[in-house]
Amino acid sequence: MLTTLLPAAEGSARIFGLDVARNRMRVRRLIGYVPQMLSADASLTGRENVALFARLFDVPRRERTVRVAEALEAMGLADAADRLAGTYSGGMIRRLELAQALINRPRLLILDEPTIGLDPIARAAVWERLQELRAASGTTILLTTHYLDEADHLCERVALMHRGRLRAVGAPEELEAELGPDATLEDVFRRHTGERLEEGGDIRDVRGTRRTARRLA
Amino acid sequence: MTSAAPAAPPAGSPEALPSSPPLWRSLANRVVALCLVELQKLRHDRSELYTRAIQPALWLLIFGETFTRLRAIPTGNIPYVDYLAPGILAQSALFMAIFYGIQIIWERDVGLLTKLLVTPTPRAALIAGKSFAAGLRALSQVVVVLALSAVLGVALTWNPLDLLGTVAATLLGAAFFATVSMTIAGLARSRERLMGIGQAITMPLFFGSNALYPVSIMPGWLQAISKVNPLSYQVDALRGLLLGTHAHVALDLAVLFVAAALGIAAASSLLGRLAR
Repeated sequence: MLTTLLPAAEGSARIFGLDVARNRMRVRRLIGYVPQMLSADASLTGRENVALFARLFDVPRRERTVRVAEALEAMGLADAADRLAGTYSGGMIRRLELAQALINRPRLLILDEPTIGLDPIARAAVWERLQELRAASGTTILLTTHYLDEADHLCERVALMHRGRLRAVGAPEELEAELGPDATLEDVFRRHTGERLEEGGDIRDVRGTRRTARRLA
Repeated sequence: MTSAAPAAPPAGSPEALPSSPPLWRSLANRVVALCLVELQKLRHDRSELYTRAIQPALWLLIFGETFTRLRAIPTGNIPYVDYLAPGILAQSALFMAIFYGIQIIWERDVGLLTKLLVTPTPRAALIAGKSFAAGLRALSQVVVVLALSAVLGVALTWNPLDLLGTVAATLLGAAFFATVSMTIAGLARSRERLMGIGQAITMPLFFGSNALYPVSIMPGWLQAISKVNPLSYQVDALRGLLLGTHAHVALDLAVLFVAAALGIAAASSLLGRLAR
């Protein structure tokens, strides 16, 4: 929805005061988006992948080469820039995608489960780059994750969603403090979603959930 | 999903609204960007250029040479292989373009399409860019067919203006068939179904055109099909340009242009269905 691809079923969404449904093109110039799936064009080099996005975001020609190189450098891909993306590891592709999303210097970066499927080292590298970026540019980062420890350590505000509804919003420390001194975000999540694992439901629910997950992406 | 992000500056502050270039500029930029990507891909993997040269070679060498000797098809005072060459150029460009939609389904499957759609690129610009990229790829066939024709002694023009027209007709025709392919992609939404439909329509398009034989020897119903088949207009233009036969080049190019524009409109209206 926020990426302007899905219409809101009800209500509306605003990004930096702009109604998403009514100002699609302008909103798209403000955001960078990295989908859940690792998705770079394997038949292009890293540099060509980023340059394509520079062109699609109308980065002026005289700045393009420099900014593409900077984005690759910032994501630690300067040495691999001229290799085909098909030869990259998962962590490298994710960082390449971040370089693509950042080429436009977005004010809001939307990441959909950015570290899913990455090994611990690649995951740490992604977070390190993102924290550097936030410190350097002040870009707002909105991310979804299933790893609550990541949310706990990295996010200033978290929103817990369960079955499509918002269950709790606040700083991780606030949410935890409501439950007790030693509570973790995981406890908060359990509290808001019901203690036990959901029983019942059948394969159709699973499929429905998957479909929803894909749509949200 | 929750709305907005904290600490947003007030709406309408100049910094919140990045400037955009004028629409036509940004459209042209998109088409250039996607064509460039196509060239980069071709540079990294040239195998398609070689494998795609085989079919036209077979058609011209075996079919063309044999039917020239048979004199079965009335082509006026020009040898059959000469008559055939422009038809084969249009055919091999068609064969390349008609499966181009597979690329967009593949991009949907790996998540690239969503990323492209989140950039400030109107859907029509994305489709236009991709269809001209397909046209660019098909231009390799101009080189292949012209080279083969030269070897076979076909009396082709080498007038630069006519060659430029040949490039335009090939590009527009391939761009149109690529939009047909992407329209089918939006309807079929899977590679297998697209392949099936593509296979099913290429031969009727080919045989229902003037690529192999003049319209005048077709039965009435086939003439009617040929009349609405954009491939016939492409072949007519190519024949007129390359052989100097009587043709309606301006009309042909106009038909191809309008067809490509309609194709872009159809494919981009179905793009949302594909991305969903």
